[in-house]
Amino acid sequence: MSVFGKKLKKKNPQAKLGKLERRQALAGYSFVSIWLVGMLVFTLIPMVQSFYYMWFKIKARNGLQFTYVGTQNLTQIWIEDPDFIQGIASYVWQTLLQVPIIVVFALIIAIMLNGKIKFRGFFRLVFFLPVIIVSGPVMNMLVSEGAASIPALNTQAVVSAFDTFLPTAVANQLGTLFGNMIMTLWYSGVQILIFLSALQKIDPGLYEAAKMDGGSGWECFWKITLPTIKPMILINAVYTVIFLSSNEQNQLINLIKTAMFSATAERGYGYASAMAWIYSILVTAIVLIFFALLGSKKDVYDRMVKKRRKLEKKEMRAARRVERRSARNAKRIEKQRKRGKFRTYDGSGDY
Amino acid sequence: MMAQGITKEKIHRFMFGTKEKQGFLKQFAVYALLIAIGFVYLYPVFYMFSTSFMDQADLLDASVKWIPSRLYIDNYIDAAKSMDFWASLLKGFVIAGVPTVLSVITCMITGYGFATFEFKGKKLMMALLIFSYILPSQVTMIPTYVLYSNMRLTGTIWAFVLPALVANGLNAPIFILIFYQFFRQVPKVLLEAAQIDGAGYWKSFFRIAIPSAGPAILTVFLFCFVWYWNESYLTELYVKGIANSNSFWNNLVIQLKDFDSSFESRATTGGTMTSLNESVRMAATSLTILPLLIMYFFMQRHFVESIDRTGITGE
Repeated sequence: MSVFGKKLKKKNPQAKLGKLERRQALAGYSFVSIWLVGMLVFTLIPMVQSFYYMWFKIKARNGLQFTYVGTQNLTQIWIEDPDFIQGIASYVWQTLLQVPIIVVFALIIAIMLNGKIKFRGFFRLVFFLPVIIVSGPVMNMLVSEGAASIPALNTQAVVSAFDTFLPTAVANQLGTLFGNMIMTLWYSGVQILIFLSALQKIDPGLYEAAKMDGGSGWECFWKITLPTIKPMILINAVYTVIFLSSNEQNQLINLIKTAMFSATAERGYGYASAMAWIYSILVTAIVLIFFALLGSKKDVYDRMVKKRRKLEKKEMRAARRVERRSARNAKRIEKQRKRGKFRTYDGSGDY
Repeated sequence: MMAQGITKEKIHRFMFGTKEKQGFLKQFAVYALLIAIGFVYLYPVFYMFSTSFMDQADLLDASVKWIPSRLYIDNYIDAAKSMDFWASLLKGFVIAGVPTVLSVITCMITGYGFATFEFKGKKLMMALLIFSYILPSQVTMIPTYVLYSNMRLTGTIWAFVLPALVANGLNAPIFILIFYQFFRQVPKVLLEAAQIDGAGYWKSFFRIAIPSAGPAILTVFLFCFVWYWNESYLTELYVKGIANSNSFWNNLVIQLKDFDSSFESRATTGGTMTSLNESVRMAATSLTILPLLIMYFFMQRHFVESIDRTGITGE
């Protein structure tokens, strides 16, 4: 039987697709082909091209003139462009600080809106509003007029308070964050909706069962709500990172654009390509960090089952060891007894 | 004695609630928190509108904080003149609308293809899709710009239309995934029945899938439109054409970006306009967001319920 099974398994992948399957696959390709062409023309080829540009100085004078310079663009960024390097540092800090704030804030609001409250529609309306109006120039206007900070919040005090126990660089970043707190919170409109619709799909029976067993609301949150919406937390975190990275409040992308059209011969397309590659590697790294932090593939139940199995295996091994040892001992005792070394009680009564 | 005891208990129950019913205190706290956060949330918008109606004297007067002493609409008139409001509004609708329509169509076709058929390399393509979402557009921006300027397409709307035509427009991966999720929920039996009745794959797509996809189409359309409308970085680069200063394609967002300089230059040549101050800038900002705000108040139900209906969060 097993031989048979093996043969089948080997044969199966090489088997020709049925007529229907082939036709289906063909239809699938025909539906996807439009996107595939676009992907090739507008993403993959430009990606390779800009990787190629990175190693050249490019002059845009009747067509592009390439001069190979090796890693000069990269070293030039590192040495001559303090704005960009500082921009990177503050971008990384801001993103790592803002993403958790936005996600946690969105979760809190979603949980509050998910409860039994009146005017839920109205509140949803309010919290989603910023999605409609956030655009780079509008944000810049509001920030420059000082409308972006919470009025009663003294940013200076916050900075000096943090300064006492944190490094100055971090404290300054926190200060910037608090200065633009409303803007940060404004970026959480879509995330609130995603959380809200995830929360509404949790089976209320789960909560009922937990309450029967005496679970409090707090426990329900940690044991039911959070594990269930964990995938959504990851989605929201990634969405937030991408949103922040393509947002015009972000100085880096503006620097890349200015470098692209810089009139000096030292900059231009090649230099900007190098910048763009550094930047995109950075963004990808941040996304990967959040994947690593939040993206455990198995859910809690699976993990617990696995843990339990491991424990069982361990116990079984220990039990087997004990058994083996006792068997060995029994054999030894038997041998010794045969030799007549000691007499054991055999239940006959005359000991 | 007895009566008092009962009332005490009642008060306690009223304040802190029972297992089944939320207490008054908790409910009060939730409402207070929501209202407070809501106010903070809307603070910039309130500030913007109230400042935009102030005249010079009100701005300088420290006693006028929120409510202007009189409704002063000259700010709006000045700002609208400087932004060339009606023309920019119309251009904005074209710049956002045309790519949106194309994007919806092509993303729907792609999402349907991924959701309905099994073919080799599908997993790889899906991975590619997500990768293209994570990849910042700055990487592909420079060669794409070179491509467009070789084809003499910078400064025209083609620079937005072409990517949308091949399902690679702004945030297209999100829309493809929305359609993918949506079409996966359409019962396969329906499509099979159509095929037994002799419909081809494309015919069953047009006859069955599209008519059932109303909610998803609406969601994608709204989000796509809003995102295209608010996108200023790429619009400035491609559609306006960063190199040519007096370009035809200026939408409101771009006008707002250059507002300070254009207002100053108009004020010096025109002579009669007021000088640039906060009120005018805020009036310009209000004018920029007003079209979408009006649209939002009419379509708000579709916006806030959209994410539920597309099943992004899984069933």
